[in-house]
Amino acid sequence: MTKRQMWLRFSAHLDGQLTLGVGLLLLTSLLILFSASDANWGRVGGQMLNILVAFTGLWVVANLPLHYLMRTALPIYALGMLLLIGVALFGDISHGARRWLNLGVATIQPSELMKIGVPLMMAWYFEKHEATLTWKNYLIATGLLIVPVGLIARQPDLGTALLITASGFYVLFLAGLSWRIIGGLFVAAIASAPLLWTTLHDYQKHRIEMLFDPSQDALGKGYHTIQGMIAVGSGGIVGKGYMDGTQTHLDFLPERTTDFIFAVYSEEFGLIGNVILLAMYGFVIYRGFIITAGASTYFTRLMAGSITLTFATYAFVNMGMVSGILPVVGVPLPLISYGGTSMVTLLLGFGMLMSIETHQKLNKS
Amino acid sequence: MSVVATLAASPRESRTLSMKRQVELKNHLREIFHFRLRLAVGFAFALTLLAIVLLRLVYLQTVRHSYYQTLAESNRISIVPIVPGRGLIVDRNGIEMAHNYSGYTLEITPSKVADLEATLNSLGELISITAKDRKRFKKLMAENHDLGSVMIRNRLSDEEVARFAAQQYRFAGVEIKARLLRDYPYGDKAAHLLGFIGRINENDVAQLEEKELEGNYRGSDYIGKTGLEQSYETELHGVAGIEQVEVDSAGRAVRLLSRTAPVSGNTLVLSIDAKLQEIAEQAFGDYRGALVAIDPANGEVLAFVSRPGFDPTLFIDGIDTQSWDELNTSLDHPLINRALRGQYPSGSTIKPFMALAGLTYGTRSPARTISDPGYFTLPGSSHQYRDWKAGGHGSVDLFKSIVVSCDTYYYGLATELGIDNIFNFLSRFGFGKKTGIDLQDESSGLLPSAAWKMKRYKQIWYPGDTVSVGIGQGYSLVTPLQLAAATATIANNGVAHIPHLVKEIRSAGSNESRQVNNDVGVDLKLNPEHLALVQRAMAAVTQPGGTAVAASAGAPYHIAGKTGTAQVVAMKQGEKYDASKIDERHRDHAWFIAFAPAEQPKIAVVVLAENGGHGGGTAAPIARKVLDYYLLGKLPTPLKAPLAEKEVAHD
Repeated sequence: MTKRQMWLRFSAHLDGQLTLGVGLLLLTSLLILFSASDANWGRVGGQMLNILVAFTGLWVVANLPLHYLMRTALPIYALGMLLLIGVALFGDISHGARRWLNLGVATIQPSELMKIGVPLMMAWYFEKHEATLTWKNYLIATGLLIVPVGLIARQPDLGTALLITASGFYVLFLAGLSWRIIGGLFVAAIASAPLLWTTLHDYQKHRIEMLFDPSQDALGKGYHTIQGMIAVGSGGIVGKGYMDGTQTHLDFLPERTTDFIFAVYSEEFGLIGNVILLAMYGFVIYRGFIITAGASTYFTRLMAGSITLTFATYAFVNMGMVSGILPVVGVPLPLISYGGTSMVTLLLGFGMLMSIETHQKLNKS
Repeated sequence: MSVVATLAASPRESRTLSMKRQVELKNHLREIFHFRLRLAVGFAFALTLLAIVLLRLVYLQTVRHSYYQTLAESNRISIVPIVPGRGLIVDRNGIEMAHNYSGYTLEITPSKVADLEATLNSLGELISITAKDRKRFKKLMAENHDLGSVMIRNRLSDEEVARFAAQQYRFAGVEIKARLLRDYPYGDKAAHLLGFIGRINENDVAQLEEKELEGNYRGSDYIGKTGLEQSYETELHGVAGIEQVEVDSAGRAVRLLSRTAPVSGNTLVLSIDAKLQEIAEQAFGDYRGALVAIDPANGEVLAFVSRPGFDPTLFIDGIDTQSWDELNTSLDHPLINRALRGQYPSGSTIKPFMALAGLTYGTRSPARTISDPGYFTLPGSSHQYRDWKAGGHGSVDLFKSIVVSCDTYYYGLATELGIDNIFNFLSRFGFGKKTGIDLQDESSGLLPSAAWKMKRYKQIWYPGDTVSVGIGQGYSLVTPLQLAAATATIANNGVAHIPHLVKEIRSAGSNESRQVNNDVGVDLKLNPEHLALVQRAMAAVTQPGGTAVAASAGAPYHIAGKTGTAQVVAMKQGEKYDASKIDERHRDHAWFIAFAPAEQPKIAVVVLAENGGHGGGTAAPIARKVLDYYLLGKLPTPLKAPLAEKEVAHD
């Protein structure tokens, strides 16, 4: 094999545009992590390792033919449910919530697996019943969504539960859930908000209240929001310059390599940098929609659409939280925040998009 | 058309009939159209989300830019927490039982020190640093996550402070800090009651985060760990203040911008009488045990003793391993709160309650007598349940059964009542349940029932089990606190109060105070004649012919009481036994429950002396000292050698 052949073999199932968009975001991640961690190569190296592992996953998934992808739906979902039940029964308690399962060799957070498992399972289910879809199928698909979400919400991990609900809802929406029901759900959600409020944990209520008046708890949870908004606002149009953010480098910003990394970026690169960042996200999302539009089977259409829309939602929730329009929920900025788990989940998703795109092309030719 | 091509390539499709295929193709195209419509809506939605973020960012970074610029750039404001002073704990007369004093600590910031070992050694030449201090320092350093300073010495003397200050230039990263330190003037004499504070550890942090209180604890080092310090943590801690300080680009404070003063923790006013507490502690001498004294009229706890005690200040900055091992492996178990958590057979102290049960259910009338041969047998069985007095007490009615503590009477009574009635009646007095006192981790004792035994041992309840419950042996266990609350209920003519230690909570700044206890009492609705009979019999216990006559000798008031003996059945926990001590630790536990004056009770007291032998001999004299002080203000004379008491051989 010549070098060229090897390269062709390596890149055969990588989508060029998507790889470009994701790669740019990952480079941005390394760049801003270096500043956010006060020039700590350890953090940057750690993130490189995360990317390497996650990218390997992406490559493997991208090379899987579509019918293999479909076959994984049921086992992944079943495993996820098993682990979630395990967490509910035997999970480790950390910070008052039961989210982690200690398997002896490693502790895992099964809710992360379900971020892919739930839409995968739902898309698989719709594909199986494509020819004879009735309202009953939608009801069952909703059940496939609600049960794991309920378990996750009980941990309690409201942030993840809501995001998985979103990804499942996107599958339902793309599968053709009637507009009337969507409208009804929307009205019901607004109407039940006061009721839902009473079922929230105190700390969850607290975070929502904090959104309206962060100064209430200026030393506690409100501190995150206040400092994040100061960082973003003081960045101005052109930013304070790379490595020169005072909020970041004088230790005012909490969790600045993980959930609040967007504040660091905003402070140092300003509105111009933000427009570029949003453009990069926009490009990745756009490419995701193009792949979805060309997907050939019911399963791949639903899956690709859900992955793309969920990615957009993650980015929106994190940036909204840092800039003070959403409550502080523990959602990292996709592809930018430091962390291995979310990186793997996201790149596996993109691997699926690439598999959908590239295997189809091969079929056509 | 690409869609057609794709469909044609699909093997599933190619197998279908051509007619049907035409229809499906049409449907499929329509489906694709609908899907793409939906997808377009989805794309628009995603763009809207990004647009919302963009609008928000434009707003923050242009319109509001100068506002945040002021906050961040020209005024780099650092928010510094100010730790509030911890609330005091005072007794009912205002005597301080826990307070703060300002003291100096020597602290090291490890990240600023190049060679820690060398620094410690040269510090040791200036200021005494013991091996214990070093061990504690290492432990604290391992727990230190926020890279702040770590204490190496506390309670520096003025001289030590001066000596270090003169040499400070030599020690970068070492500084003296003024801190408010906690002190417990009563030392080991109220340790189980007050508890202690200790350094906030990871567990505490997790709990604070769960309650969303971590903001208020920013800067705080200590939190209540046991006793009242723990159960009233939120009252005692106070509200942290906030200082907004302008810092320069290096992070140094330049100017104070605003200050919200901290609010000191509230003062707990206890119902405890500190002097009474002290007398009670001393009255135990070398005995291990517990004492609880309660005002029957309202449930206020007047003294709360668990012996032996321990020095609570040892725990504040992390106890060193050696002291910990000594306390933890001691045969005397000084860290166990016996009054709250110790579970013992009640022995004969249960008899007044059993008598009330018999009267209430009509199983025994006051006049009915039994003839006591010195033992009891169940019908159809030859097994003899022995009375403590060989040969028996002769003819015994209910009154006499309490005065002489006749076992045979209660064997029969319990058998006739049956375990269900006993369970129902005794649980009204709070046996088998937590009393609800304002301390955490209370034990609930054990009031056995048929259902309990089935659950616990998978066995049915045998009539023989009921017999021993009648005299407070068998499965039943009580805590000294439970027994005290129940005794107070008899003294208060059947109206039960929840025992409580804190009378009122006083704000530190103003003189506002609020009563903690709104308990109006629960009337057990007992027949007043029954109660009066039992109370009279208990008063006769301390009169000639009773089991505790020595306890009331020379008292100018009447004491109503009941003695008890709890058998020590087996050694627990595989302790290593010192051969010379085995005998002593096999001895029975001595109980005495009492209230006085018998006619108009002002105080109810329960004493447990572990391995004290019989109640009349060891437990009752301890109770007497407490009663004498509380009712007469009389201080106890120095302890005399216990007299041999011939008239009561047992119980």
